[in-house]
Amino acid sequence: MTDQDALFEYLLRLGDNTLILGHRVSEWCGHAPVLEEDIALANTALDLIGQTQMWLGLAGEVEGQGRTADDLAMLRDVWDFRNVLLVEQPNGDFGQTILRQFLFDAFHFDLLTALSRSRNDQIAGIATKSLKEVTYHLERSSETVIGLGDGTDESHRRMQSALDLLWPYVGEMFVADDVDTALQTQGIAPDLAHLRQSFAARIADVMSEATLTIPENSFAHAGGKTGFRHSEHLGHLLTQMQWLQRAYPGATW
Amino acid sequence: MQAALPEIWQWLEDVPDPEIPVISVVDLGIVRDVAWHDAVLEVTVTPTYSGCPATRVISMDIETALRDRGIEEVAIKTQVAPAWTTDWLSDKGRAKLTEYGIAPPSPAGGPDACPRCGSAQVERISQFGSTPCKAQWRCQSCLEPFDYFKCI
Repeated sequence: MTDQDALFEYLLRLGDNTLILGHRVSEWCGHAPVLEEDIALANTALDLIGQTQMWLGLAGEVEGQGRTADDLAMLRDVWDFRNVLLVEQPNGDFGQTILRQFLFDAFHFDLLTALSRSRNDQIAGIATKSLKEVTYHLERSSETVIGLGDGTDESHRRMQSALDLLWPYVGEMFVADDVDTALQTQGIAPDLAHLRQSFAARIADVMSEATLTIPENSFAHAGGKTGFRHSEHLGHLLTQMQWLQRAYPGATW
Repeated sequence: MQAALPEIWQWLEDVPDPEIPVISVVDLGIVRDVAWHDAVLEVTVTPTYSGCPATRVISMDIETALRDRGIEEVAIKTQVAPAWTTDWLSDKGRAKLTEYGIAPPSPAGGPDACPRCGSAQVERISQFGSTPCKAQWRCQSCLEPFDYFKCI
């Protein structure tokens, strides 16, 4: 694997995480339980898709084959996506969506903080910009997880089952492979083991305030960020997200 | 003859933000540089929020305004770093926002006062609002909800 290949893979991971989660969250538009949440989710989705344009745009430049951010988003199939499994999981109920958001935001915030000091100036620039937005995402999702966890019996029960369901998808975000290691050695990307420590501390604080119990099982699903095996949900998501470009190739506004 | 740069900045002062038309793109602080490269006028724009749909409209509006003034070749350059910050909002822009009913950004993380009645008794409804750059707040004195321009 050349340095260029590793960088391309890494940028796909960053861009595919924000793209797939952005699409998932956008599915709530017009369906959220209250107006403020609808607006908050739509804004979050919008930020994530904006960040995708920067990450996948840069990925296309690095690849050097003339592919644009749109080409990468709309014309790749399931096995070419490099997002973690967590972000492709279905929305479920509102509690499940917010819990997924919080788990990703907590990871995303620490990752972007580290990337804003990356030796690669373009990555540092995009990370610095994105971090300003993700700070708000994390603030909102933390507060909402606490409010619902430490809420009524019903909301508490739903948040606990969302945490039990999604916890096995947390580990994948912190497992380093050759791509991560190559970029870490070059000072471009952070040490994921180190990132996990600050993540664990934040999660423990928020869950304790939310009166939720973190499952003891440390089993972690894998296969999303390497593209080895996505969950079946990603294919269904792509049929909707990519439909227009597949049905009308080359369509533009 | 090429238009002088101070004059071009003046023209840009007349290009409104498409979502908050009381302030100009210059007040918003997103026009970072204007420079002639031979016959091409290059305008450097820094987006506010990554996904803000207004960014593309702003670039188009800038180009149209400059063409209307007789500049034939305009190149809009998007610059991500340094990232846009609300510190770049002009004092004039801040005053106009308040007058329009939007509380200007404050480093304290929330509005100083209700833009309608001036009361300092305000509470947050949501970190997010009608556009990516705003949050929803409410005045506890006059009870009116209002937009707050987030500090980033």
